[in-house]
Amino acid sequence: MTASATEKQEGDERPQGSSPKNIVALCARCFERGGKGEGKNRSTILLHTTDEDHHVARMAAVALGLTILEGAIPSPLPGVKPGLANIVTLIVLARYGWRTAVWVSLLRVFAGSLLFGNFLTPGFFLGLSGALFSLLVLAFARYLPSRWFGPVSHSIYAAFAHIGGQMAVVYLWLIPSAGIAYLIPLFATAALLFGAVNGLIAARFMDDAKNQ
Amino acid sequence: MVVLQHIRLGDWLTLVMGGACIIFLVMKLWSGDLADKAVIRSGGKVFLEVTLSKDQQIEVPGPLGISVITIKDRKARIASDPSPRQYCVRQGWLQQAGEVALCLPNQVSVELTGSHKRYDSLSY
Repeated sequence: MTASATEKQEGDERPQGSSPKNIVALCARCFERGGKGEGKNRSTILLHTTDEDHHVARMAAVALGLTILEGAIPSPLPGVKPGLANIVTLIVLARYGWRTAVWVSLLRVFAGSLLFGNFLTPGFFLGLSGALFSLLVLAFARYLPSRWFGPVSHSIYAAFAHIGGQMAVVYLWLIPSAGIAYLIPLFATAALLFGAVNGLIAARFMDDAKNQ
Repeated sequence: MVVLQHIRLGDWLTLVMGGACIIFLVMKLWSGDLADKAVIRSGGKVFLEVTLSKDQQIEVPGPLGISVITIKDRKARIASDPSPRQYCVRQGWLQQAGEVALCLPNQVSVELTGSHKRYDSLSY
């Protein structure tokens, strides 16, 4: 954990594109333009955000972008998706720790469902249960010795957990019959394949960032 | 291959374990042990072939009266039958491919079929 903590401080010192001050100034300007003269007693609600909040938001935004990108890819079987947004979760996990990864992942699920308009639908609960199960597994997987186990392992474990969580919801709530069992080998193959690919992409990204 | 250098020793282990897991799942779930259709016969002729994925009740007429067959949760059973000894009713739920319930007096039978047909006996 010490390694990630020092890295985090370095990250915080980087010049931030949208620091809190900029946002406040922007808001003040908006208000001035909106209510000429009348807005003397205007009140502004100001949320005090830390640099970490900004970082989480930025990472969640990248994950959301990948989710939308992925929505454009046709899938032969509903439910088989590459899960590109998990690349972001993996990078955040490796660099900033598990708590930040939970924030980014859950923000992505909630904001993504609002964007796609499926908040509180079965599809949303499938995604949520998948995300929660993978985060749970990642909580343990990150303690694997990093000498031998890298992002590829984390990604594969998380992908299998994702499928497991979704299957649990499907079986216990949506379709309580054995029929879904026929599809499990397909889902598991997709999990292994996409898990490995996502892990490789995440490892590659972190490698590039280290070399710069 | 530049990409492969990111796969560490344990990652290979994870990949192999994942592959083994998939092979196990394929053998367990695609071996055809789970039945997917029920063949209902009456008087020696096929009366109806139904899928097990839809829950329903089917009434089959026979010489003694009507046998009622229930299909629920990918299982099938004969719910009621006019036969005197009720053997086929007492047999209960059928789930595996190859399982049969016979109501001989009423000449009604239910047989489950899957992608593979299992033997009910072998002799040398």
